Amino acid sequence: MTTTEMMTLKTEPFVLNFGPVHPSTHGVYRMRATLDGEVIIDIEPVVGYLHRGIEKLAEERTYTGFIPLTDRLDYISPMSNNLAYCLAVEKLAGIKVPERAEYIRIIIAELQRLANHCVAVGSFLNDAGAYFTPFMYTFREREKIIDLFDMVCGQRLTYNYMRIGGVSQDIPEEFMPALKKLVDQLTRFIEEYERLLKQNEILLARAKDVGILPRETAINYGISGPVARASGVKWDLRKADPYSIYDRFEFDIPVGETGDCYDRYRVRIEEMRQSLRILKQAMKDIPSGPVKADVPHLVRPPAGEAYAHLEAPKGELGFYLVSDGSIAPYRCHIRPTSLINLGALREMVRGWKVADLIIIFGSIDITMGEVDR
Amino acid sequence: MTVALSGKEIASQIEEKFPGSVEESSQDSLVMKSNSLLPAATFLKDTESLKFDYLNYITAVDYYSYFEVVYQLTSLEHNHSIVIKTRCYTRENPAVPSVVGLWQGANSQEREIYDLMGISFEKHPNLKRMFLWEGFPGHPLRKDYL
Repeated sequence: MTTTEMMTLKTEPFVLNFGPVHPSTHGVYRMRATLDGEVIIDIEPVVGYLHRGIEKLAEERTYTGFIPLTDRLDYISPMSNNLAYCLAVEKLAGIKVPERAEYIRIIIAELQRLANHCVAVGSFLNDAGAYFTPFMYTFREREKIIDLFDMVCGQRLTYNYMRIGGVSQDIPEEFMPALKKLVDQLTRFIEEYERLLKQNEILLARAKDVGILPRETAINYGISGPVARASGVKWDLRKADPYSIYDRFEFDIPVGETGDCYDRYRVRIEEMRQSLRILKQAMKDIPSGPVKADVPHLVRPPAGEAYAHLEAPKGELGFYLVSDGSIAPYRCHIRPTSLINLGALREMVRGWKVADLIIIFGSIDITMGEVDR
Repeated sequence: MTVALSGKEIASQIEEKFPGSVEESSQDSLVMKSNSLLPAATFLKDTESLKFDYLNYITAVDYYSYFEVVYQLTSLEHNHSIVIKTRCYTRENPAVPSVVGLWQGANSQEREIYDLMGISFEKHPNLKRMFLWEGFPGHPLRKDYL
């Protein structure tokens, strides 16, 4: 029996438009929600407001020249985008990356995961109604990570740091002491944050058992990253299909039990702890040496195709490249984590109230730059 | 490590079940005839020893003489993957069967391909343009779009 039939007072379904410019939509996402009173019957996502045709632009740029555009995909974690693209080109062209560069990449990628989760957790709590206090705390910590990125590449948002065959420049001398300090600070910060929120009654009331995504549904929808792991899918590409040198590090894959909003929050916090563990190991073992392989300015991979993916902070991010032997990709497809994760939103929100729609949406953690491309 | 299964091996398993359904196969991938894509995909998803329950991505490539639709499947249980492809040899209204019934994650990706590459997906529940508006001239990812 539907909700409408159960009610003695019949109400007409009502269509409510969210966005594209709405504080809770994390960009220019629009959804048409069909409501029965306060209960959501269905939603229809409308995307494309940020479509820039990045896949088409790739076809008229050189392999190296496309790297800056990857920054503009998921602009909350550009370093991971850079890395995913470079991995794909390296796979296509068979380029070996020097040892030191691999370590730098791991350090940067894990810092990026921490920075992304800071934003994800902060804005999730914002959507839960804790306006800007937890958000400011997480942004304060993200700022410190961004200072480190600024140190290695001089940019704060669009880094363009990874290169085909390594990274653009070696890390400066002051980086390692600063990183060590940051790891200590972040460890303390997470504990502090956890004391504030782990057993917080309001958060539990708002997020526990809300927006449940069952395990089988998550797999069928192709969901990846923390959202899938919160639903109990123990799948992390760093372990399942290790790229770069992830097989050398010890870390755990946190998984949730019920797949509700609270589990998604918990998984992100636990992942931050695991990232710090990886950082500590990488800091200890990093060798000296060159940071970029000897790669010509105009890379000409042999004709063929390659798909390389990595565990980006939001989930599986991959690049499918087709080469015709020229200096530009013949076709470049980006596997968009955010778009695919967003596909399950409809399943998650049906039957919940409008107020829950915002928190469920916030718990997926999407970036419109990656949805629309 | 995810094991990339040999396209040739999977092709022979599919051929055994559905004779004449594989167009060609290589080490990395296999090309299906589009009319037998759905039964073969169902076979890949439901066979216990293969169990491709996860669809990584769908994409399409324009090779001028044909369009190629690429699917990468992974089995989370067995940790192996396969790339299957299907081709459309016409530029006027090319169409392939939709796999939304098997993997819901295909929904938005097939809409995206329809929008940007102009390939229709038969029996898709909601085949509308995704990023561009209805009435937008042409499909930008086609090679003849300027």
